[in-house]
Amino acid sequence: MDKNRVRELKILANKIRKNALTAVYSASSGHPGGSLSIADALSVLYFEVMNVDPSNPKKEDRDRFVLSKGHCSPALYATLAERGFFPVADCATFRKADSYLQGHPDMKGVPGVDMSTGSLGQGICAANGMALAGKIDNKDYRVYSILGDGELEEGQVWEAAMFAAHYKLDNLTAFVDFNGLQIDGDIEKVMSPLPIDEKFKAFNWHVIVTDAHDPEKLYDAICEAKATKGKPTVIIMKSVKGKGVSFMENQAGWHGNAPNEEQYNQAISELDAQIKELEVEA
Amino acid sequence: MGKIATREAYGLALAEFGETYKDLIVLDADLSKSTKTDTFKKKFPERFFNAGIAEASMVTTAAGLATCGKTVFASSFAMFAAGRAFEQIRNSIGYPNLNVKIGATHAGISVGEDGASHQCLEDIGIMRTIPNMVVINPADATEAILAVEAAIKHHGPVYLRFGRLAVPELFDRATYKFELGKGIELEPGTDATIVATGLMVPEALEAKKILAESGINARVINIHTIKPIDKDILIKAASETGAIVTAEEHNIIGGLGSAVAEVLCENCPVPMRRVGTQDKFGKSGKPAVLLEEYGLTAKNIAKQVEEVIKLKK
Repeated sequence: MDKNRVRELKILANKIRKNALTAVYSASSGHPGGSLSIADALSVLYFEVMNVDPSNPKKEDRDRFVLSKGHCSPALYATLAERGFFPVADCATFRKADSYLQGHPDMKGVPGVDMSTGSLGQGICAANGMALAGKIDNKDYRVYSILGDGELEEGQVWEAAMFAAHYKLDNLTAFVDFNGLQIDGDIEKVMSPLPIDEKFKAFNWHVIVTDAHDPEKLYDAICEAKATKGKPTVIIMKSVKGKGVSFMENQAGWHGNAPNEEQYNQAISELDAQIKELEVEA
Repeated sequence: MGKIATREAYGLALAEFGETYKDLIVLDADLSKSTKTDTFKKKFPERFFNAGIAEASMVTTAAGLATCGKTVFASSFAMFAAGRAFEQIRNSIGYPNLNVKIGATHAGISVGEDGASHQCLEDIGIMRTIPNMVVINPADATEAILAVEAAIKHHGPVYLRFGRLAVPELFDRATYKFELGKGIELEPGTDATIVATGLMVPEALEAKKILAESGINARVINIHTIKPIDKDILIKAASETGAIVTAEEHNIIGGLGSAVAEVLCENCPVPMRRVGTQDKFGKSGKPAVLLEEYGLTAKNIAKQVEEVIKLKK
């Protein structure tokens, strides 16, 4: 991937972060921490990797995406808006009673959302179903799904892990947003899902560990997943919860809290500064 | 007429309609020999997938398949489908209104020897509280087969409730018309109405005969679709006969009796009695012994009709 493209994807990730924060701020509720940590992965998926068409969101041969950690809907909506599925301005209607942008992803109402999620552990199973349908129909679309590291505490995730490996769903790529924090604190203190890599290996998955905030590494990992035959791939992304906003980084408290006006303005100016810096580099 | 379990009919129906409906996919959770989805598996192995003993995974995978245009049947015992996987069915199938059919077998105490842990008496109640969900409880093999066909033709979630026990064949497929959401008046009557579902339908017909001996002319209605329920047939029965007895192999809380009471209380209140399990767990035993012990018999229905008639104004 050339340096300019890496820079573009980083800028897009920061725009996603801004839109996601605008959504959470406008709603006075939502989940900023995990939204910020998955922004780079969404930027790479939706702007570099996935075959999707904003003018035809239900296109049959499209690649599918399931946000298994559905509470990070602000990041997904921000990405879909940035990609042209609906107006960016609509992000500010997030969680409002007259908006189609529900608190958690709703496939019936939001263009580009392939599966309704929010209850943890279920999205990855739905992604299995989509990947299995692709196998049954001999289609070459691919299925992507992002899980939280805390979400791995749901037993259903491991039912899904068994299923995907058993049916050799090599058209499925899962991501784990490994930021180390969940609502009640450090994942290792609440209920450790570690070691994550060894667990997926034991479940017969191809495992890649990489940096959640490096578009080039993420892209290479996705290419490796595509080239891996006979088993599903999980990309464990070491991430920073709250990435890009100084006072939100590595703070469990920002899992599900909205910033006030002052905090929002500071966050936006920090992200704007990062975007400007990247543009100057160009 | 012979006897056949509705689960047997379910397996036969899947195998039959699998011919016509090429997008039909069947999932099971290691119970295919009991749920009879193995009848489909033998014929269409490439469209059958075992999820292993993982009901939550099974029903949610079914949801994913449905988003890609498949008509998916996911099967397990009622206890583990409606019970264990409730929240997955609610959030991943009901909420997005996906085309998944839950084929739940071994419902009710007629499971017999396996006992309370496997005798689901709550599933109708649990499933009918989910928006978008259709709930069907067939009474015999013909009704089960046609219910499967109706479920395939209906786009959206359907919960189908089948039994383990062989039950009498009541209807002739050549002439029987199955209409989703329509109750069927099986016998006319003027003094009271018995509204039955599932294996209580033959008991209701028998109860009518018992009542006739004491000069009571009972109407018998079969409700195969508990949701959406046929309000018209119930209101008409209440207004014309003035008393209602419901009969189901389910807890009287939440099931057919509750559904009928909801309709009648709002539209045409009349004295009612509900035959069903009386908010109790089941236990091990021969099905016939248990049905007798829990009052799921023609005799008890007849007794309740006699009682409720006394309350008529």
